[in-house]
Amino acid sequence: MHRVAITGIGIVSCLGNDLKSVGTALREGRSGIVVDPERIELGFRSPLTGLIKDFDHSILSRKQRKSMPEFAVWAYASACDALELAGLAEDRIQNEQTGLIYGCDSSCLAAIEQVDALLQRGETKGIGSGQIFRSMTSTVTMNLNTLFKTRGACWTLSSACSSGGHAVGQAADLIRMGRQERVICGGAQEINWQSMCSFDGLGAFSVRADDPVAACRPFDADRDGLVPSGGAATVILERYDLAEQRGATILGELRGYGFSSDGAQLSVPSKDGLSRAMQSALQQSGLAATEIDYLCAHATATPAGDAAEANNISRIFGAETPGISALKALTGHELWMSGAAQVVYTTIMAQQGFTAASFNFSKPDEGTTGLNIIRETLPNPPKRAMCNSAGFGGTNSSLVISFS
Amino acid sequence: MTEAEVIELIDSSLAEEFELERTDMTPEANLYDDLGLDSLDTVDMVIVLEGAFDFKIREEEAIRAIRTLDDIHRFVLSKIEQHS
Repeated sequence: MHRVAITGIGIVSCLGNDLKSVGTALREGRSGIVVDPERIELGFRSPLTGLIKDFDHSILSRKQRKSMPEFAVWAYASACDALELAGLAEDRIQNEQTGLIYGCDSSCLAAIEQVDALLQRGETKGIGSGQIFRSMTSTVTMNLNTLFKTRGACWTLSSACSSGGHAVGQAADLIRMGRQERVICGGAQEINWQSMCSFDGLGAFSVRADDPVAACRPFDADRDGLVPSGGAATVILERYDLAEQRGATILGELRGYGFSSDGAQLSVPSKDGLSRAMQSALQQSGLAATEIDYLCAHATATPAGDAAEANNISRIFGAETPGISALKALTGHELWMSGAAQVVYTTIMAQQGFTAASFNFSKPDEGTTGLNIIRETLPNPPKRAMCNSAGFGGTNSSLVISFS
Repeated sequence: MTEAEVIELIDSSLAEEFELERTDMTPEANLYDDLGLDSLDTVDMVIVLEGAFDFKIREEEAIRAIRTLDDIHRFVLSKIEQHS
């Protein structure tokens, strides 16, 4: 089995569009959550959302963007940044040993636009050439493949809010097994109201619209729901020995990936599903639970979800948990992207020398007690981290990363 | 609309849609080899021309036979002539 190095990261997030500004936001607790007035007019229960600001779409031509929804362009931007950081030029990725795996579980806006175009024009040829490619969940990888001209693995993985976590994990497995030398992987998430309206209808979103910055309160006794968000995150994984040989800067080592499913309910996570993924990730990593010094929790700030995760964390770590933070307090829930975003955020902390606090946490309730929640940003970076993600239907991902 | 005005409207509409350089848009320019369009672009070319001239293009055979910018000019001019 091969070791797997992280050599590049990139992100377009509501915290910023580059690693430096995202790092500053994480360190200082700057929120990316806003009120969207249009959602109030439309009858949303919650108008809160993450917002991508000042993104330059002109990095691609209009023709290139014709087949890409907004979040695929974000994914391209984050991948370009990650490849640049990794020092991987075109000639090193345009081969059969370089793959693309992203997590994504919807392209809602394109599906709506194509139906609207048909109804408006009265004939299918009036829809235009791009919508079919925009409307598929595989839109990210099919477009990035034509742009980067990689020739290895190329697919999108859909598993609700653990999509990004599984994408990074599966990419690592392909490298570990010797089937790919490097994989450009990550997650991407649309952020428009159209894709969020039915989720809003479930009553799972925070309604603290009078104070958006304090709205998302993972593990806190007063948590009242998640805040939807989005963006795109990219991680460059490479066979460790090959990355060393070419003199790449190794940002971290992806040591373990564990997956599991609950086999239980659609929207309520089980008390043991995530812990089985965590145990599996630890086993592959060769690390003991006591060696993990930072846990980047999935914690979306729903009452039931956070309590279930707390239970799963306690199953693995007992009374002495590692320092835990839930970054969704600042970012909102980046859904399909979130599992990959957590890897990027944690690697940013390791690179920039801090561990982000779990903002908006003041006190636990009965369900979330017993966790070592980080209350203020720490001046030391994580050394051995675990990143959790979990999705509707009970699909769980856990990743173990070490930083030297 | 004069023939020159029709050609100008065709060229400016296509330039905007496909981000083409006007200096490359000579009548003999091949849409695929010289201007970099592909078969998917012809779907959008029809939409652009229908929008610019307010007619419907049903001649799919004729569209598929188009190779150069001049072919488009001739096609649109004949469509306008048929309608007038």
